[in-house]
Amino acid sequence: MSTALPPILTDWFQTKGWAPHPHQLDMLARSHDPALLLIAPTGGGKTLAGFLPTLADLATADHTGLHTLYVSPLKALAADIKRNLQTPVAEMGLPIRIEDRTGDTSAHTKRRQRADPPHILLTTPESLALLTSYEDAPRIFAGLKRVVVDEIHALADSKRGDQLMLALARLQTLCPDLRRVGLSATVDDPAAIARFLARHPDPCPILTADPGPDPDIAMLTTDQPPPWSGGGAAYAIPAVLAQVKAHNTTLIFHNTRAQAEIFFHNLWLANEDALPIGIHHGSLDREQRARVEAAMVAGQLRAIVCTGSLDLGIDWGDVDLVIQIGAPKNVKRLVQRIGRANHRYNAPSKALLVPANRFEVIECLAALEAVKAHDLDGEPRGDGPLDVLCQQILIAACAEPFDADTLYAEVTTAGAYATLTRADFDACLDFIATGGYALRAYDRWQRLMQRPDGLWQLRDPRAARQIRMNIGTIQDTDTLKVRFRRNRGGKPLGEIEEAFAATLTPGDTFLIGGQIVRYEGLREMTVEVSPDPGRKPKIATFMGTKFATSTQLSTRILRMLQQDDWPDLPAHITDWLALQARVSRLPEPGRLLIESFPHDGREHACVYGFAGRNAQQTLGLLLTKRMEEMGLDPLGFVATDYATLIWGLKPLTDARALLDPQKLEDGLEAWFKGNAVMKRTFRASATIAGLIDRISAGQRKSGRQATFSSDILYDTLVKYDPDHLLLKITRTEAMRGLVDFGRVREMLERVGDRIDVIRLSRLTPFSAPLFLEMGRVPVEGMARERLMAEAAEELMREAGLS
Amino acid sequence: MVHHAFTLAGETLHALPSGALHWPAQGLLAVSDLHFGKSERRVRRGGMALPPYEVQDTLTRLQADLDATRATTVICLGDSFDDLAAQDGLTDDARLWIARLQAGRRWIWAEGNHDPGPVDLGGTHLAELRLPPLTFLHIADPAGQGEISGHYHPKAQIRTRAGTLSRPAFLIDASRVILPAYGTYTGGLRSTDAVLDALMAPDAIAVLTGRQAVAVPMPR
Repeated sequence: MSTALPPILTDWFQTKGWAPHPHQLDMLARSHDPALLLIAPTGGGKTLAGFLPTLADLATADHTGLHTLYVSPLKALAADIKRNLQTPVAEMGLPIRIEDRTGDTSAHTKRRQRADPPHILLTTPESLALLTSYEDAPRIFAGLKRVVVDEIHALADSKRGDQLMLALARLQTLCPDLRRVGLSATVDDPAAIARFLARHPDPCPILTADPGPDPDIAMLTTDQPPPWSGGGAAYAIPAVLAQVKAHNTTLIFHNTRAQAEIFFHNLWLANEDALPIGIHHGSLDREQRARVEAAMVAGQLRAIVCTGSLDLGIDWGDVDLVIQIGAPKNVKRLVQRIGRANHRYNAPSKALLVPANRFEVIECLAALEAVKAHDLDGEPRGDGPLDVLCQQILIAACAEPFDADTLYAEVTTAGAYATLTRADFDACLDFIATGGYALRAYDRWQRLMQRPDGLWQLRDPRAARQIRMNIGTIQDTDTLKVRFRRNRGGKPLGEIEEAFAATLTPGDTFLIGGQIVRYEGLREMTVEVSPDPGRKPKIATFMGTKFATSTQLSTRILRMLQQDDWPDLPAHITDWLALQARVSRLPEPGRLLIESFPHDGREHACVYGFAGRNAQQTLGLLLTKRMEEMGLDPLGFVATDYATLIWGLKPLTDARALLDPQKLEDGLEAWFKGNAVMKRTFRASATIAGLIDRISAGQRKSGRQATFSSDILYDTLVKYDPDHLLLKITRTEAMRGLVDFGRVREMLERVGDRIDVIRLSRLTPFSAPLFLEMGRVPVEGMARERLMAEAAEELMREAGLS
Repeated sequence: MVHHAFTLAGETLHALPSGALHWPAQGLLAVSDLHFGKSERRVRRGGMALPPYEVQDTLTRLQADLDATRATTVICLGDSFDDLAAQDGLTDDARLWIARLQAGRRWIWAEGNHDPGPVDLGGTHLAELRLPPLTFLHIADPAGQGEISGHYHPKAQIRTRAGTLSRPAFLIDASRVILPAYGTYTGGLRSTDAVLDALMAPDAIAVLTGRQAVAVPMPR
């Protein structure tokens, strides 16, 4: 492989009037390194840097078959890179075939690609995992020299990345000389990403491109103050529209899909000049998203309302402003989103933050300070998850009979699995082979059987088809497709959650893709709608991802609350803070504030832990469990990033007994047994590990016995097999993910016995917004049984049946 | 145990919170749709092995109901086994357990649509059992009177001040009772389904199972 720029490339740069960036030449010079990580800002010619060694090699030597594999987290990115690569390749007249392969590629093309792979294949982790599951994988990948992992910072945080690295471990076995390149945005811990990328224990040098000038970032000032709660930021519509008018192209980021829909709707109601503005998020129909992307590339749109679906690097050309609606929750993601503006190298990115409610004003200010201080947040991710490993064992079994020792050696070359013990590996293998249950009930029906020569193979080769259908680690919530009614053309609009669809009755209206539609009915598991001329929809509650405010940002907020005055905050916020200080107290870093008060016929307790949404949620579950034991009859709670509000039938007075860390930790174990968060986590891990089939919309049937309830499977395992592998996986996952007990513990240690319970006669300025929060969690306790009996009696009486 | 007492064809019956039906005057306990061997069937067909404890769990609950009611007659209203081969998949422990439950009791297996033919377990096999004024069978006959059946796995939703709850449920009117599925790995059919709506009289009630049996007008 050449390490200097071959003449044909030098000439091409010259005809363009460009010079290669230093980091691009560095990448070429080090193209023999087994692994390389490039950290570069958006617009830094990152992708070209990744492909230069490939182009140089293919320009100077013949190559048969696959040469370079490019993996990105987004299908759209693969298609985009194909376009961007084909242009220089055509201009240089290089005989290089470039193709993409994603879930959207036709079956015909996929078949042909397996028989006759292109030189450069652009794909996603899931499509790659599927390729490695085929019997002919060694032939498909024969000759593969390089792999480029784009946006690796996004993959390194997720199970998709773990799956990718296990697939690369497989490829490295097939092609021992495979070189790996990772391309990353600015991150807090580059060394962790390098470890994640490289074959263990290969070294992985890190190249850093010039990060460019600091961004030009501020809070958007509006005439009207933000509301007390909610995430819509409708108040800021006129100011946002004014900004859109003043710029060429604006990306308007939201934290959830539902918020994006509502904002887009409101934006159009106010868009008197009919500026071309589009919407883009993951629940929209693929064609609709493609149309918006094409319009954007063609420079036809002035703004796109979007979500994390546009976090990653499709090159939009002349975006000159990024607006973040709602607090960014995480400084690192904010910095990456800001980088989406001004793809021109060495031009400062321009960004505006729009707090959606008053508390977020404080959070936005804290985030601004953190960006200015280059203080990125990040938490170490921990060892590779075992549910993904279970799936990898299934994939290996689909490809060919395997030897357990060899497979163990292979998977431990993936950085995240370098510390995997043989015992854990064997437990996963046993789970795949036999179910791994304490009761050896299925010995004659093993899924994997060990042959006399020691290799493991599928008992029933037909199982491979079903295993392949279940490949992937993305958790689709159960969604239903939304279409216009047949007589309206049956146009697909997107997807809504099944749980949301279940709450609809004919005539209800909701927003999707920026238009209001009326629910007409369910037909073959498709939601049929018709256009609705109304102005006020019932709102679609897409799940979207709700991120927790990072520890670092929470600490900054708490510190900010301690100031004597707040010159950088608007008057409506400082008034609010002063009022809270007067009628109650402001939360402090080393103490825990709990307010207890009656409201609306129920007792309430508000716990200001500032531990982030997930940990506050866990705290809610644990505290309500303790309150149930103490006879306080809790009914439910709601959590935000900074507080948990609990309501019930009796007042809370003694918080010390309630918050005993030992009792809480004991409660955690008992609580693992029966709560919704654990069941949701179990469902995700059980699906990835292959216990439950991923159900596609086409297969889903309505009615009885259609699906196994994962909740019942969870209950059964907890009762009869509490040490089962999947329960261990569920606990680990929940502790670092949705449960985040680490932050609860950290908070309790931080406050010690400095807990202030204040009994008040009414709700407080800080607690009031929590009453308007969505996402209330019911408590399954005696209070609920009582209410159920009460509601039943009422119904029977009304019906004259009692 | 908080049951719901009601009368059908003049007989007093108890809908138990577990999903079993108790007829105290006859010392009879009826359960429906046990679906033994459901997880075994899946693994036999090449799927992943579900936790193999559902037989154990179903029997544990049945044992508790028998201990509490001291019933002397047990009738399983069909679909006791998930398919023809499921019986062979029963472990020796489960067979012994069933035999222990059968000891000293009259035990009837009614035939269901999933059920095997002759079973090599104890007990009597009948298409249906008539104990006037009541008849026990697997699938309700729209013209029947005084009928106790299963098959549909009914469940019902109730809206409380604290949100909607969904539970397996008995459906009861003046002509019949439809039992919820008793087996651990069994899904449910909402009471709002057209089939159930057509079968049940307008004044039918649903009795939700759980910690206590809770009666509500049948949700339509």
